Amino acid sequence: MNNERINIVGAGLGGLAAAIRLAEAGRPCRLISLQPSERAQSVLAEGGINAALDLMGEGDTPEEHCADTLKGGVYLADPNAVAGLTRGAPDIVRWLAGLGVPFQMENGGMIQRSFGGQKKRRTAYARSSTGKALMTALIDAARRHEASGLIERWPHHAFAGLTVEGGVCVGLRVRDAWTGEGFALPGRVILCSGGLNGFFPERTTGTVANAGDVTATVFAQGVRLANLEFIQYHPTTIGISGKRCLISEAARGEGGRLCVRRGGELWYFMEELYPELGNLMPRDVVSREMTRVVRREDCEGQVYLDMRALPAEIWARRLSDLREECRHYLAIDPAAELIPVEPGIHFFMGGIDVDANHRASLPGLWAAGECACQYHGANRLGANSMLGAIYGGQRAADDLMAQPGLDAGEPVSLGILPPMEAPGDDAFALELRDALLGGLGMLRDAARIEAALAAVDALAARADTERCRNRLALGRAMLLAALSRRESRGAHTRTDFPERDEGFRKTTVISRRGDAIAIEYRAIPEEVEA
Amino acid sequence: MKARFEILRHRRGAAESRWQRVEIELPDENATVATALAAINARPDLKDAEGAPVGHVAWDCSCLQKKCGACAMRIDGVPRLACDTRLSELGAGPVRLEPLKKFPVVEDLVVDRTAMFDNLRQLHSWLDREVRLREDQVDVAYEASRCLQCGCCLEVCPNFMPGERFAGTAALPPLARLIEELAPSKKEEVYRLYTRRVYEGCGKSLACRNICPAGIDVEKLLVNSNAIAVWKRMGKR
Repeated sequence: MNNERINIVGAGLGGLAAAIRLAEAGRPCRLISLQPSERAQSVLAEGGINAALDLMGEGDTPEEHCADTLKGGVYLADPNAVAGLTRGAPDIVRWLAGLGVPFQMENGGMIQRSFGGQKKRRTAYARSSTGKALMTALIDAARRHEASGLIERWPHHAFAGLTVEGGVCVGLRVRDAWTGEGFALPGRVILCSGGLNGFFPERTTGTVANAGDVTATVFAQGVRLANLEFIQYHPTTIGISGKRCLISEAARGEGGRLCVRRGGELWYFMEELYPELGNLMPRDVVSREMTRVVRREDCEGQVYLDMRALPAEIWARRLSDLREECRHYLAIDPAAELIPVEPGIHFFMGGIDVDANHRASLPGLWAAGECACQYHGANRLGANSMLGAIYGGQRAADDLMAQPGLDAGEPVSLGILPPMEAPGDDAFALELRDALLGGLGMLRDAARIEAALAAVDALAARADTERCRNRLALGRAMLLAALSRRESRGAHTRTDFPERDEGFRKTTVISRRGDAIAIEYRAIPEEVEA
Repeated sequence: MKARFEILRHRRGAAESRWQRVEIELPDENATVATALAAINARPDLKDAEGAPVGHVAWDCSCLQKKCGACAMRIDGVPRLACDTRLSELGAGPVRLEPLKKFPVVEDLVVDRTAMFDNLRQLHSWLDREVRLREDQVDVAYEASRCLQCGCCLEVCPNFMPGERFAGTAALPPLARLIEELAPSKKEEVYRLYTRRVYEGCGKSLACRNICPAGIDVEKLLVNSNAIAVWKRMGKR
């Protein structure tokens, strides 16, 4: 045993779960984030967290949760990792309840609701702000270990790069965003830095603070990425000033129906096209069908969410925040009126390539949560993201603790470092977004993706900072991954290759070799009996 | 729409702040103060009323939908979230943007809210044991869970100053979530801390009543926590 202090980058659900796990085992860590945990994207998660607790008496099992997750991800996820996730899920929800999370109860016991792509009611929830309720509980749980000194908060610090010696990650560099002072922090690293929203400003439901810079930086340092072409467009978002705002899948889980006007009447197309799961088909399917119906000549080009038939009790007890949001942003009362909705970028299934223990390609580095590529395959099921972040954070911490540690060391000041951002960065980000969206929309083909690559390359001359160059390289990598996968699967729809091709039932592995980006494919691991 | 602002600019480490007048054309009729600030920062060529470059305006921002509390600032003198303030509701302007005044300013509209988080640590705001909530506790726990730790309530409070004994309303929701479920060995200590640092410091001005961007019913939480920690009335068993 040594007293190495582990470095965790990101203080959302994944980072907090990892930090608490380490602290409970008596291992010290630093929790490094640009903003406090209260500002993390995890607080936005609404609908709930999946676990086969079978509280509704439907005979639900972790095996069934696993099967649904693999099917929803169109068989691109690691079946062994997902089996671990779904087996671990019930204990995670019990642990959260033990931390005082106010999960919805009825008749004295917790209840669960329906979510997309799942036939059983498996989603535990706290009205329509489950992420916020979970985060509050984990922040309190972490605070106990902050008081003991095991968790050391490094707030307002930006990640500046990994410290790599002899092909091993032995620490990282951070920069205090308030003072400009840089520090080299020794110790192994767990990245929980979130998705790539910053590549699509104003177009995602996530937070702008998840800029994607951590992923872009470690990619430049040679860390492998995976499955970047799989970007989830959530079916029900609304445009608000500066971003897409999510209307939770819980809206449909509680009875909301998608419709479009056809011949003067409302056509509930999902129910007709998919009689079994209807409005609760996986998100990739729903978003694609929405895109198709708005293009039909016999339909008026706007999809609506119809929640008018929901009982007052459901609004009051389960969807109060959602109703308030619609009133606030759209001046629409969803209990009385139709909500106009459109698909919007919601989740990045791809990211840092990790194994079932959340080890990245660089020894000494782990990644969990949305920044990592794990569990969700080609399409994430609703209410699996918070589960994946917590389980992943815990699993990374466990695996790290099972390995020999590094010699402890103290932080070393690097003096005042120049800011990583430059004045033109925000304008550059908008141009990069527009270039990328040309090739990474919901419907893709080779011509569009190649045009997008040309547009990205045209920006190269203006990428005059390291940050912009790293972002440009990651943007190219996303497009190259989309170009190489000549099939349609999950969130990746190629109109020039509309069929699924089992030859592509593989993980896209993306590496940077000097200035070149290599795309390779790796077989999905065989299922091992538990 | 044309938006006009007066922004209190503060360079890092500078002794003084100065007002800067900025105008910007915004395509979005529903633009908020947050989207206006983002638009200003996406225009490195923008000049202020005196013809000088506006430069990057520092402000904290994360969710843009009033769920994270990052962008709390004084807007026309009132502490609010920039992402929850539509320009159309503010009149012809110029709209005055200032950092929260109760906290040390870091740069422009960014302030150091560390004191708020320190208070929660000093108040032992955590659970030492596994709990099992009853159905009748869920409402209070949910309401208390919604606090953003934005600091707007502290900004308007006549009794709160960072570093002083009164921890302010921002300490209340996190404690209210746990206070009925504390481990027996810890109860008295936290009740004592609560009484001394929250209950006794509150002047009942209720200035915080309608300021919370999350719309938390602070009075309900206060009454509930007072009943348990100060008056030792326990909930039904």
